[in-house]
Amino acid sequence: MENNNTNRFDTIVLGGGPAGLTAGIYLARSKARTLILDTGMPGGQMILTYEIANYPGIEKTTGYQLSATMAKQAKTFGCNIMSNVTITQMDLNSDIKTFTLANGEKYEAISVIIATGGRSRMLNVPGEKEFKGRGISYCATCDGDFFQDKNIIVVGGGNSALEEAVSLTKYANKVTIVHEFDHFQAFDHAVKEAKINSKIDFIMESHIIGFFGKDSLEKVQIKNLKTNQITEKKIDGVFIFVGYEANTKSLKGSGIKLNKWNEVIANENMETNLKGVYTAGDCRAKKYRQITTAVADGTISALNALNYINERD
Amino acid sequence: MVLPTNLKHVASAAELEGILKDKENVMVCCGRMGPMCVPVYAAMEELQEEFPNIEFRDMLFDNPEARVIRELPECRGFMGLPFTIYYKNGKVVSATSSIQTKEQIKEILKREFN
Repeated sequence: MENNNTNRFDTIVLGGGPAGLTAGIYLARSKARTLILDTGMPGGQMILTYEIANYPGIEKTTGYQLSATMAKQAKTFGCNIMSNVTITQMDLNSDIKTFTLANGEKYEAISVIIATGGRSRMLNVPGEKEFKGRGISYCATCDGDFFQDKNIIVVGGGNSALEEAVSLTKYANKVTIVHEFDHFQAFDHAVKEAKINSKIDFIMESHIIGFFGKDSLEKVQIKNLKTNQITEKKIDGVFIFVGYEANTKSLKGSGIKLNKWNEVIANENMETNLKGVYTAGDCRAKKYRQITTAVADGTISALNALNYINERD
Repeated sequence: MVLPTNLKHVASAAELEGILKDKENVMVCCGRMGPMCVPVYAAMEELQEEFPNIEFRDMLFDNPEARVIRELPECRGFMGLPFTIYYKNGKVVSATSSIQTKEQIKEILKREFN
C-alpha cells in the first residue's frame, strides 16, 4: 500500500454518503490510501434527513450531525475527501482505474467502490422545475411553515409521503394526498395515521400532469389513470415524495452492469462485473435502503477491496 | 442571531447595507440549518477561494432583521429555503429559492459577476 504518487490511491470511493464514508473509515483505518470523490458534500441523502431515531447506538440525531461525525471519523483515519467535484472521464476497465475531474486533475486507484447513492425522484412533468421553491418542495421540515393555513398536495404513497403529509397538517389547512395506485406502499401504521387525520383527504389512482401559476404555484392538472379524466385543482403548494432513483448516470458506458432501474448489480461481496470495482449503498440493486444497510454495504465493500489490494501486493 | 456556519454572517439590516456599499459583488444565502440550506453554505465555503472578488455571506432566516431579504420584491413567490440573493453595486441581479447545486451557483456567479 506504499506509493509516492500523490494522485495515486489504493481505493477511490465514488460518493460520500453513509456507504462511502463507512468504506472510507474501514479502508483508511487499514492504512489503505483512500480518496472519496463526492459530487456534492459528504453525507449524501443522509444530510437531507432532519431527524434520525433508528440508527443503533444513537438515540436521536440529525442527518447533518451524523454526516459530519462520519466524515470527521474518516478524515481522522487519514481518508481524503474531495467534495463538489465533477468527474468528466473514468476508466473502470483497466487494471489501474483512472478518473479525470472537470479541473483537469487526474486520479488513479487499484480498486474502486461505487457508492454514488440515490436522489429524490422528480415527477418530470411540465412546470416542476419552474415552481421548485415557488410552491413545489421536496422537504416538509424545511418549507412547511411557508404553507400556514394553505391548501397543499402531497404526492406519493410510501412512508415518506404519508408521514410528511401528517406532519404538514401542523401548518396547512388541508392536505390532499395524490397517489398513482389504489393502495399505499407505506407501513400500516403510517397509512392509519393519515386516514384518521381530518385535515387529510385522498385522490387515488391519479397523477399530476402539470403545474401552473405566475410568481408562484397556483394550480395543478390531475389525470385519473383509470378514467383518463383530467381535472384542475387550485393549490398553494405541492410536496413531492415519490421515492428515489440511483445516481448512476455517470456510469453509463463505463462497462458496469446496471439493472433496468439503473442500479448497480453486485453479489453479496459487493463485487460488480468489473475486476476491482465494488459497490455499496443506495445505488446498488437491493430491496432495503436505510442508513444502516448503506453502512453494512460500505463495510463489506471496503473489506473486499482491501483483500483485492493485498492479493495484488 | 447568526447561523453556525463557517461563512461570514450578516447579523442586521444595517450590516448588510454597509456590505452592499463597500463591496461590488455580494452573495447572501438566507436560511436555516436545514437539509436544503446546508449544502448551499457548503458550496459557498468552497467557492470563496475560487471567487475572491465576491463577498460570500449568510443570514439566519428567523432573524427579524432578515426581513431585508425576505421582503425583497425579487423574493415574491418564494416558498422554499434558502433564499439566495446576488447583489451587484448594491442592486439585486439574481435571486433563487430552495437548494442549488455548486454548479448552478457557479453559473450565476460567472454570469452576474464576471
